[in-house]
Amino acid sequence: MEEKKQCKGCGGALPFLIGFVAMLVVGWVVFPKVIYSQKTQPVRFSHKIHQEQGMECANCHAFRDDGSYAGLPKNEKCQECHADVVGSDPAEKVYVEQYAQKNKEVPWLVYQYQPDNVFFSHKAHESFECKECHLEVGKMDTPPVYYENRLSGYSKQTMKMWQCERCHAENGVSNACHVCHK
Amino acid sequence: MAHGATKEFKVTWGMVIDLDKCTGCGACMTACQVENNIAPMVDASNKMRTLSWMLVFELSNKKSGAEAEVAYLPRPCMQCGNPACVPVCPVVATEKNEEGGIVSQIYPRCIGCRYCMAACPYHARYFNWEDPIFPKGMEKALSPSTSARPRGVVEKCNFCHTRFMEAKDKARQEGGNPEGLADGAYMPACAEICPTGAISFGDVKNKEHKVFDLAQGKDAFRLLEKLGLNPQVYYVSKREWVRKLGDNYAATGKPGAAKKHS
Ligand code: SF4
Ligand code: SF4
Repeated sequence: MEEKKQCKGCGGALPFLIGFVAMLVVGWVVFPKVIYSQKTQPVRFSHKIHQEQGMECANCHAFRDDGSYAGLPKNEKCQECHADVVGSDPAEKVYVEQYAQKNKEVPWLVYQYQPDNVFFSHKAHESFECKECHLEVGKMDTPPVYYENRLSGYSKQTMKMWQCERCHAENGVSNACHVCHK
Repeated sequence: MAHGATKEFKVTWGMVIDLDKCTGCGACMTACQVENNIAPMVDASNKMRTLSWMLVFELSNKKSGAEAEVAYLPRPCMQCGNPACVPVCPVVATEKNEEGGIVSQIYPRCIGCRYCMAACPYHARYFNWEDPIFPKGMEKALSPSTSARPRGVVEKCNFCHTRFMEAKDKARQEGGNPEGLADGAYMPACAEICPTGAISFGDVKNKEHKVFDLAQGKDAFRLLEKLGLNPQVYYVSKREWVRKLGDNYAATGKPGAAKKHS
């Protein structure tokens, strides 16, 4: 009986409720923020300004002759225009001086990198517009923040398996494991 | 997939291996290990733990002197039409569902129970007892075609499946038909490297592919046909004793697949 009296302040519904709400906040608000580290691209590349010059996505992100996808362009491509500083944007100066002229490739962060066991064919998805799966960077002056999962190391923005599967199902495409996995 | 039924596909990737041409050189095994990122074994003499998607067996006619003969039999996964390994997997980590009929194996999904290994009569499946260790420098030469497997999962030959995907991409790029690849457009590493041309590969249902006729030749046979797993790998030998060995165990006295047992 005496012990119960002593514990009067620490039992009951109120402390439970406070703890419950606190944990909800941690689980729903704090943790999802803490789990991702935020990174910015090494160069503030403006897709927008390139699009305004009349360039298409495929001018820099192209297929190779064997149908594989080259993904991000290398210095070789960028230098076709940016061997020297041609504009007034300071970001361009950063690129030219720190990367192009030093013959160093830019370590771009790729928002959509998939795990090693995924085989994705850009060729098979050619009929879709890039922005249906990728962030619509074409309209952006500053590349979006890259969120990296601190545990898995993957980008937050990368496409999830359920998204791939849903689209395949909706379009009557096979969802057999081997269609996407290697 | 309904148990005990062979699922039909428009395209059936198959291999035809000419055992009279095979010299047992093992180039197919090497090519396979490179293509599929199979790490060198720490102790390759321990055959309980070695891992080889493609394995060359030595066959002997058990005679001596001038009559003695040997043959070599390369054994990939048979990609069975009615695989024994698929229905036993409790987590659907292996399935036969994709056009072409290649039996898939999804490593991150596999829980390592090894039911499939027990079920496969061809011993085509291997368990990773250890994490792969690539000698220094070799990790730079890993192939992007196949993901590396950790300790605790099962793996097997998949006819170099990524080459199939790449062949389809190439066909799309060139305006061809990715669902009806030309003969030779898709070749697994073993078939490509074999110096004697013993391994042929293609769509066994497509008359325009070389393997169509080869698989139906009078000297063609499959391993343990009487088990009814309907393998997609065929063997050819003019030597009768070799053909007989194709059905060598679980002998019931009744001829399997129209071939008489001695
Ligand atoms: S050979 Fe073995 S592992 Fe390959 S499909 Fe047949 S039963 Fe499965
Ligand atoms: S070892 Fe892996 S693939 Fe084989 S039956 Fe078990 S879970 Fe399935």
